[in-house]
Amino acid sequence: MRQERLFRTEGIVLRQRDYGEADRILTLLTPGGKITALAKGIRRATSRKAGHLELFAHSQLMLARGRNFYIITQAESLESLEPLREDLLRFTYACYAAELVDSFIQEGEESSEPYGLLLQALHWFAQERDLRLWMRYFELRLLRFSGYQPELFTCVRCLAPLQAVENFFSAELGGVLCHRCGTQEPSAKALSVNAHKVLRYLSTRSAAEVRNLRLHEGTHAEVETLLQHYIEYILERELKSVAFLRRLRRELRALERERSLKGPSPSNPGARI
Amino acid sequence: MTATPKAVNRLIEAFSRLPGIGPKTASRLTYYLLRSGKEEALELANALTELHQHTVLCSICCNISDQDPCSICADETRDHSTICVVEDPLDVLAIENTGRYRGVYHVLHGHISPLERIGPDELRIKELMRRLEGGQVQEVILATNPTLEGDATAMYLVRLIEPLGIKVTRLALGLPRGGDLEYADRITLAEALAGRREMH
Repeated sequence: MRQERLFRTEGIVLRQRDYGEADRILTLLTPGGKITALAKGIRRATSRKAGHLELFAHSQLMLARGRNFYIITQAESLESLEPLREDLLRFTYACYAAELVDSFIQEGEESSEPYGLLLQALHWFAQERDLRLWMRYFELRLLRFSGYQPELFTCVRCLAPLQAVENFFSAELGGVLCHRCGTQEPSAKALSVNAHKVLRYLSTRSAAEVRNLRLHEGTHAEVETLLQHYIEYILERELKSVAFLRRLRRELRALERERSLKGPSPSNPGARI
Repeated sequence: MTATPKAVNRLIEAFSRLPGIGPKTASRLTYYLLRSGKEEALELANALTELHQHTVLCSICCNISDQDPCSICADETRDHSTICVVEDPLDVLAIENTGRYRGVYHVLHGHISPLERIGPDELRIKELMRRLEGGQVQEVILATNPTLEGDATAMYLVRLIEPLGIKVTRLALGLPRGGDLEYADRITLAEALAGRREMH
């Protein structure tokens, strides 16, 4: 497909940066993999492409092979996920998802799964209520597609099947250790039975089953810290969008507390913080 | 590479650090300056030296200016109860060129971008909030770019400003003049429909 000079594909915009007078270089995820493409004149107010190539836009594209990167000759948006534009928290989760995909998927890698996953994920972040839960589901799926699925069923040291007791998790060893091996491993951190169950559930169940899951705040926090630590260990760097996400959540919580002190607030149909 | 004089290489490197300029363009510019003679090069050098010596950040609106406060903030005939918040100094110029705005500005120097690690602390948001404390400001116009990041920045600001009881508005969105309906994206067209006006 890619051998033709001009070809058509769908794509999602992961990242953009300004280039030259009025152009932008976009990082796109397509069903054929991650590519870099130049969108000419896109920063002009009368650009016919600008509205179709925003961050996280899901569009039908016509691409031409250029010398250094692809050049976008046409773009038409397939759908617009307005909640990502209208809700700061949802937007930030989408940023985080895009950052993860951009970090885990290398250019030139041929795999269609990440594309389908990101497309689904953008819908989750636009529509679902418990965004944190969906982020964990997304992380585990992405880890699986990129070959980093953590081992959750047998001890990574002694290979014994794991029991429902307090076990340990080691990012360095890539999975869970049984209680006995865990106490001897310096890199391992304690893993509660609940958090372990949630990790197993999320990595084996369908989206429909995940939708019914309700987590306690403590379990949520534990699973989040564990997976973020594991991901940062694999990528060998800090995730950029996490800092803003944490700050935003903190501010939104403070705001909510303030509101609840002033009296009952109107029911909030938005995302859970 | 060894054949090129050091001074030439140094300028090529300096040019190629500029946004939008690659190594090829950088060499072309350098050799152009070599050929065009001393005067032109000196003029450019002087302009560069003065760039930082003779500019300051206005302590009120954070715009880049040759005096503090800048000529707009110092102008008493302007309406100081309306602040137009923009992403960067060039946006001030664009709005000034319309000749329709008599209020003052506030330059954020960027937009919120979690992907680039740019949060509220990296922008001139604290300075804006300080300006709103006095109680003189009646309206804040959010004129950040109509992009996802510009919208995110606007949403963040609304949350901070609204509790102060100040009116917050956002620049209208819609079809660009000289544009083509057929090529408009859904969101722009939907916004244009929502913001339609009665004709007389």
